[in-house]
Amino acid sequence: MRRLARLWRRSLQTRVVTSTAVLSALAIGLTGWALLRDVASSLADNRRAVAVAEARSGFELAQNRLDSSVETEAGPQSVVLSQMIDSLTGDGAAGRTYELVLQGPLAGDDSAVPVRSSSASSADAVPAGISQSVRSGNGLYWQYADAALENAEETVPVVVVGRQLRAPGSGDSYAMYYLYSMQEQQETLALMRNALLLGGMAMVMMVGGVAWLVSRQVLDPVRMARRVAERFASGNLDQRMPVSGEDDIARLSTSFNQMAASLQRQISRLENLSRLQQRFVSDVSHELRTPLTTVRMAGEVLFAARDRFDPQTARSAELLQGELDRFEALLSDLLDLSRFDAGAARLELSDVDLAAVARECAEDPVILRNGIVVRVHGAETPVVVQADPRRIDRIVRNLLANAGKYSGSDRVDVTVAQTDDAVSLSVRDFGVGLAGDENLRIFDRFWRADPARAQGGTGLGLPISREDAALHGGTLSAWGRPGQGTELILTIPRTLGEPVEPALTSELAR
Amino acid sequence: MSYRRTKRDRVLVVDDDGSLAEMLSIVLAGEGLTAEVCRSGDRVMDAFASFKPDLVLLDLMLPGLDGMTVCRRIRDRSAVPIIMLTAKADTPDVVAGLEAGADDYVTKPFKNSELVARIRARLRRTDAISEPIEFGDIVLDPAAHTVTRGGQPLELTPLEFDLLACLISDPSQVFTREILLERVWGYHHPGDTKLVNVHMTRLRSKIEDEADNPQIIRTVRGVGYQAIDPASASESDLG
Repeated sequence: MRRLARLWRRSLQTRVVTSTAVLSALAIGLTGWALLRDVASSLADNRRAVAVAEARSGFELAQNRLDSSVETEAGPQSVVLSQMIDSLTGDGAAGRTYELVLQGPLAGDDSAVPVRSSSASSADAVPAGISQSVRSGNGLYWQYADAALENAEETVPVVVVGRQLRAPGSGDSYAMYYLYSMQEQQETLALMRNALLLGGMAMVMMVGGVAWLVSRQVLDPVRMARRVAERFASGNLDQRMPVSGEDDIARLSTSFNQMAASLQRQISRLENLSRLQQRFVSDVSHELRTPLTTVRMAGEVLFAARDRFDPQTARSAELLQGELDRFEALLSDLLDLSRFDAGAARLELSDVDLAAVARECAEDPVILRNGIVVRVHGAETPVVVQADPRRIDRIVRNLLANAGKYSGSDRVDVTVAQTDDAVSLSVRDFGVGLAGDENLRIFDRFWRADPARAQGGTGLGLPISREDAALHGGTLSAWGRPGQGTELILTIPRTLGEPVEPALTSELAR
Repeated sequence: MSYRRTKRDRVLVVDDDGSLAEMLSIVLAGEGLTAEVCRSGDRVMDAFASFKPDLVLLDLMLPGLDGMTVCRRIRDRSAVPIIMLTAKADTPDVVAGLEAGADDYVTKPFKNSELVARIRARLRRTDAISEPIEFGDIVLDPAAHTVTRGGQPLELTPLEFDLLACLISDPSQVFTREILLERVWGYHHPGDTKLVNVHMTRLRSKIEDEADNPQIIRTVRGVGYQAIDPASASESDLG
């Protein structure tokens, strides 16, 4: 059942064929029904007309005989009529198509009336309705009914024609009925019905087949277009639809191919551009490395010998040394960002204990040097996740450095938490805090909350951290309130690439 | 830690960048080393033959003969320590260079102190152990700087010698890659563990019967390496 429903939902062809078949079956059924009804009624009418005519002459004959005979004695039944029934229905009257029933003489009430009939079975076959009409009226009456006729086990449809006869001598009245079988008509009708049913079914199947063929003609190219489009979408940019003829499908194919070609051009142009750019950035940073190495070595030699210089030269050597560190950090950050931008960054996964990373980073002398107290919460139990240890370490260091350098706070809280789906680490400072859109701008490259406090750092730490988190399918979000500090929450999903809820929520979140 | 130096150690600097090569010479001279510069890959072998260096600093990107080939040729001729200079730490070049026979690598830009520490680590002779160590059928003689297995001498580079000495000096300990990096390569902060992997493979190929099925140095999954004393190993097999 589910498979059928699925087929209906997914296959346009199934829908077209099914609805065509159902609708044509409905139309054919209606037509057949009307046709059969028409034929049935005309068959019955004809039969009745013949029966009535035949019966009329029969009644006249019987009445004539009654009139001409002189009944002298009152008997249970008119002898003349009895004789007539016997002569009409006896063995001598071969090819008889009717049964005769004689009721009478009729008494005033409906009490038992003697009945004589041509066959035993037809005696009770006269319906009450016509019998009532005949007894009370003088006309000729007819009615359709079902009756078991002679030699017939089952009832067959009949037309009953009846009339009252009067014996002038005795003054008795009799009811006489002709029962004409309509079995022949019924058989004709059944034959026709079967023929119509068979023909209708064949018709429905043929119409369904035609619908299937026609829909295939239209759908095959559509399906092919779908397959080609799917392959194209999955990156096989050389896929094209075959074009034959000049019909709508051919025009569709042509348009599709034009679109594909234009997309392919654009994509390869962009790919080329991105490759070139990545190559350029990579080359530039590598080319810069050799002279930077020389400068750095020279700077170190000068720095080591600064005691022997006059104060101004000594200070210059110190500045040179410090800025070289920054220059190098900037270069390496730029190279990392160019890898993210080019989609060339790769994860090297292994088990990472976020609690251990938090503890180690919290003791990093570079951060502690600023006189900051770092407290770690929730790191008593291991918080293990599949991740790139180098990147996780870098993120945590960046977050701590950020909190230490820019917040103006002397206290930093680090919290680690986990759920079944994700692990989170938050770094909260109690410094100036960020307001409004600064929480978003914090991840902008080279953005600094307060340029006056921008001592050291590249301005790329948080953007890189966010890229690192995103590479794991995780998130890095910032919350802050002016005067209350800032909280940054890193969330890494346990299953790579599945969006999850963070295991921590910020107190600063509204 | 003491250095057994009867003369000034000689370092051959192979780099096409003149300024960097000269700067390297200045820094090395400041450290009491004698440096000679060679600026083309094609002339390295001549310089190597005439200068007879105790250590080679080799830039991977060289005009003429490339760094990798130079590295292989030097290693074919000598066990002299080779330290590569590279601008790209994350490329297959580094692994290829290590497999070509380099002992260590330094990524540009580097701190002078870092470079000097690596050079010192490679010039250092293992003095911690002076008595020969017998380990199964392996005999390691620090004084003569030779290793034999079943009486047959094994051709180990100084680095491989140090690595083996470190492992068999304490068979009860599992050495993590980080500890090996610190003890053998002189790293003071976490370095690159592929250095250990590459050299462990080379060492095994020289001392093990089957390098794919090591019996002397076992890998302890997720931890590091451990030397297995053949005597205790067979005992545990029996047990």
